[in-house]
Amino acid sequence: MTEIKSCAETEAEIEDEFSLFDDWMDKYSYIIDLSKELPPLDEKYRNDQFLIKGCQSQVWLGAEYRDGRVYFQADSDAIITKGLIYLLIRLLSDRTPQEIIEAQLESLKRIGISDNLSPSRSNGFANMLKQMKMYALVFQTKEG
Amino acid sequence: MNDKLQKIRQQFPILNCRVNDKPLVYLDNAATTQKPLSVIDRMTRYYMEENSNVHRGLHHLSQLGTAAFEESRRAFQKFLNSELAEEVIFTKGTTESINLLAFSFGEAFVHEGDEIIISVMEHHANIVPWQQLCARTGAVLKVVPVNDAGELEMEEYKKLLGPKVKLVSIAHVSNTLGTVNPVAEIIRLGHEAGARVHLDGAQAAAHVQVDVRALDVDFYSLSVHKMYGPMGVGILYGKAALLNAMPPWQTGGEMIDKVTFEKTTFGDLPYKFETGTPDVAGVLASVPALEFLQEVGWDFIAEREHALVKYATEKLAQIGGVSLVGTAKEKGGVVSFNIDGVHSSDAATIFDHFGVAVRSGHHCAQPIMARYGIIGTLRASFAVYNTEEEIDVLVKAIEKTVQMFG
Ligand SMILES: Cc1ncc(COP(=O)(O)O)c(C=O)c1O
Repeated sequence: MTEIKSCAETEAEIEDEFSLFDDWMDKYSYIIDLSKELPPLDEKYRNDQFLIKGCQSQVWLGAEYRDGRVYFQADSDAIITKGLIYLLIRLLSDRTPQEIIEAQLESLKRIGISDNLSPSRSNGFANMLKQMKMYALVFQTKEG
Repeated sequence: MNDKLQKIRQQFPILNCRVNDKPLVYLDNAATTQKPLSVIDRMTRYYMEENSNVHRGLHHLSQLGTAAFEESRRAFQKFLNSELAEEVIFTKGTTESINLLAFSFGEAFVHEGDEIIISVMEHHANIVPWQQLCARTGAVLKVVPVNDAGELEMEEYKKLLGPKVKLVSIAHVSNTLGTVNPVAEIIRLGHEAGARVHLDGAQAAAHVQVDVRALDVDFYSLSVHKMYGPMGVGILYGKAALLNAMPPWQTGGEMIDKVTFEKTTFGDLPYKFETGTPDVAGVLASVPALEFLQEVGWDFIAEREHALVKYATEKLAQIGGVSLVGTAKEKGGVVSFNIDGVHSSDAATIFDHFGVAVRSGHHCAQPIMARYGIIGTLRASFAVYNTEEEIDVLVKAIEKTVQMFG
């Protein structure tokens, strides 16, 4: 079994990847590329029950809890959102609830895409991060 | 850029801002317009020198404030050409105006089985209050459809009109499509059928001259923040005879005549509809916004907005993969569009890096989006200070977007 990287390690890794680009355009092109890496969403999650409310783009998020770890799946109809989701899932999926709750994700701010994380009600992405933490909290509470 | 336009732009400090290291290109004027210095100064002066509550104190500042507040009402009376100043009710915006109307008109005039007519192009603010009224009373909501260009199907409207229709409530100008509706005809036909007519003027009042008496409209709503004025102020105009027959909506202080624990009798117009402390600074600073519109002049406003819409429409048509939503013959300063295969939120994110502010999404008008089978649009909406050069920046941003996502 390969060692799973900690959230902080993954953050550093992502920051490294983005440090290759100094132009915002290149960063977005990279995010667009990442969107293509997102594993397909299990169709059972593609309905209103799993839709995260946000005016701008639709985001569906599913979560499963197995052996003390949370596994996320998600998709969006907007490509930049999808690329950002890919990053969030890479950071937060396959982790314990505690790790997810504690994750600060400062790196995303440093990368310079933090505008997309601003807690605006029109932003499905910010709501997605909140929802991931909610799932973690619920799983943790159920267990406790 | 001609002198007049330059002088206009100089009055708006925010237009000198930079966004993402680029000059701000503000094309989201249908959401809210920027404010000229005269409006900002008036707000500041109020809080620096005049702040006190209105309609209550006998002391100097309160009397000054009350006088200025009522002067502002008369400025709107003149602006809308209403017969009486008390036909002008201050609200906090179009949404509140329509909620007030839906409650108070509903209480007085709408019963089970009655009908209310709206259209498919309405903003949610002109849909949901009527749905709620219908749910409360058992009245029925009827919806006028639009054609592919985004114009009301007037023949369908005529068919919907009948003896049960109590009120017709339609946008003067559509916020998503830019369509300027044939309001004179809508009102005439409505009246012939015995209905009252309300116009949602949120997108009209800064773009065309509104004369409520010439229109013979029964009710008219507007938001001052979309007319170069402050946030938090709106108007509900209503014919006095109708307003007098309607009960108050919100109740409390200031709007009363006499209160005992057995019974309260309400004050006269307009106060019976204005309870609680209003946004006095906003109401006073609305006057320089009206003066700004006056000084610029309706002819210049129409000329510039038509030029900008024409220019943008032509430029956008030259970019492959861009489709316009809303191509009515009579159109205000709104250009809604989609880029083939590109989500509006992705496009807006890229535009932002060009300093371009547009609205993306469903614009609080989901039914009209459903009508066109789309989930949203990008919307560039113009004000009198916008320029052709700014549209060129938008075009560049669109081209880049197409390149990135294509
Ligand atoms: C046509 C229309 N009606 C109503 C409203 C609501 O206005 P407000 O938010 O100022 O109450 C808007 C605002 O976007 C609008 O465009």
